[in-house]
Amino acid sequence: MNVAGVLTTKKELSSRNELTEPLLVRWLLIAAALVFLGLFLLVPLAAVFSQALEKGFEAYLAALKEPDALAAIRLTLITAAISVPLNLIFGVVSAWSIAKFDFPGRSFLITLIDLPFSVSPVISGLIYVLLFGLQGWLGPWLQAHDIKIIFAVPGIILATIFVTFPFVARELIPLMESQGKDEEEAARVLGASGLQTFWRVTLPNIRWGILYGVILCNARAMGEFGAVSVVSGHVRGSTNTIPLHVEILYNEYNYVAAFAVASLLGMLAIVTLVAKSFVEWRIRTVKGEE
Amino acid sequence: MSIEVRNITKSFGGFTALKDVSVNIPTGELIALLGPSGCGKTSLLRIIAGLETPDQGSIHFHGADTTGRDVRERKVGFVFQHYALFKHMTVFDNIAFGLQVRPRKTRPSKNIIADKVHELIRLVQLEGMADRYPSQLSGGQRQRVALARALAVEPQVLLLDEPFGALDARVRQELRRWLRRLHDELHITSVFVTHDQEEALEVADRVVIMNAGQVEQAGTPEDVYDHPATPFVYNFLGNVNLFHGRVDQGQAKMGAMELSTPELAAVPDRPAVGYVRPHDLELERTYSDSSSVEAAVRHIHAVGPIVRIELERGDTFETMEAELTKDAYQKLALLVGERIFVRPRKYRVFVDDYQI
Repeated sequence: MNVAGVLTTKKELSSRNELTEPLLVRWLLIAAALVFLGLFLLVPLAAVFSQALEKGFEAYLAALKEPDALAAIRLTLITAAISVPLNLIFGVVSAWSIAKFDFPGRSFLITLIDLPFSVSPVISGLIYVLLFGLQGWLGPWLQAHDIKIIFAVPGIILATIFVTFPFVARELIPLMESQGKDEEEAARVLGASGLQTFWRVTLPNIRWGILYGVILCNARAMGEFGAVSVVSGHVRGSTNTIPLHVEILYNEYNYVAAFAVASLLGMLAIVTLVAKSFVEWRIRTVKGEE
Repeated sequence: MSIEVRNITKSFGGFTALKDVSVNIPTGELIALLGPSGCGKTSLLRIIAGLETPDQGSIHFHGADTTGRDVRERKVGFVFQHYALFKHMTVFDNIAFGLQVRPRKTRPSKNIIADKVHELIRLVQLEGMADRYPSQLSGGQRQRVALARALAVEPQVLLLDEPFGALDARVRQELRRWLRRLHDELHITSVFVTHDQEEALEVADRVVIMNAGQVEQAGTPEDVYDHPATPFVYNFLGNVNLFHGRVDQGQAKMGAMELSTPELAAVPDRPAVGYVRPHDLELERTYSDSSSVEAAVRHIHAVGPIVRIELERGDTFETMEAELTKDAYQKLALLVGERIFVRPRKYRVFVDDYQI
């Protein structure tokens, strides 16, 4: 992984003194990095929590227990619970086919997987409105059959899936490509079926990569604002996710409640970072053992 | 189990890896597929295993057509070039894999699997390493785990892709003798791919020499070394001196050297190349007949039991290399710069329609 690469170079540098910069330059660079980190990451995070707790812990809890906030939390969890597993399956399947088989259109598929990264989330939300909205292509048919997608939960889930689908696949494709297909071939020659090969050989080799992708995918699924905002319709208590709920509270000058709910996302970010570093450390040790 | 490869053709994109290749492998033999890289030997091995499908031709195991059969049903043991051990499994689990993935009906019980695995671990001399992971083993040990894993499913055919390619010279030598002994013990029909002629000639019962997707020659190691069928084989197996000239009705003329070639009696005046191994060049102080040519001694490398002498022909100024035993060299008492007569004891002339 990238991080592993950076760490080894750092180790090499410090062991070979003639290649390192003078002490002063080193300290200046490190200090600059730390100041930036503090200014743009730690101070805002601290601000979120201090604002949330401004009127005491009671008010903080009350803001979280409020029915609309609970509904937003529930909807965010549901969205993540549906879109993350789907993208996990999609990511593994597409990475498997791209890394282990050669077929026409392979590189096109890779480009396609990257699409959500290159399209602004607002645009991807709009695409769903154009497709499923009342004036959209499928709108009349959906209305005739009484199916609501836009300004309803299905739309939010669809938009989230779209925005988060590259995470798992992008993580797995280089990993699986670097592993090659020798072990899979060995398993097949030894008589293993396709499914046995996947469970016993492929999956154990990519499990940390999968976890890494899932963590990032989940963080984005819970925090996504743009695409979801376009398709949600902002109906309090029914189509608001946590980020949307924060925005509404903020626009109503209800700062304590807004920051209290926002602190949930802040905590999610911290948990994600910790989990991500742990998985990266695991991937490094697994790689080191090879 | 015998293997018959019939008229196999295979291309990858625009590249033809195999052109109408046929090979016969009798039951119980150890065969080497030998050739330079890119000659198609690995493709052929993978086609025999069922890891690739041929474009044309068929593979027969024991007379039965197996071309369309899936890898899983072929009952082959395959040892991969880089071993392809399962990194996340111990030595024990690696070896047991082929037995554990069997359908419940044919799967042996846990105890039987354990006995079998330990027996194989003994066979490949890895006692006490059952719980190690591949990353904790040396190259030679990994190779033996790969072999034990392949043998665990009791294959009727053992296929090895460059089995010693990734090992250092010392371990290589040791392992290939060990493989030979193992084969003599187990008598599984085996095919191994190598680009190392020494390895092929030392280990195999028969050698199949391949070049550019075709079989150049197949035969016992002595046979292919002593009687190369094509210029390619001459070049590929050991050193060789080339004499360029023309052949006309059974008589070859290469500079001042005249050689009789009765096998080419029907060939009218054509360019030809003579092939002579360095140890088949006789060095003489006196002129004996028209097959001799005068040459000057340029260098003498006298280290080791074989003395190598670099010569420059007096007629064409081409360089030749001769090999003498230390005794013969001492009897001749050669000096650098001396002029001497060189006569091929054994030679082969090919009409020059090959480009090498």
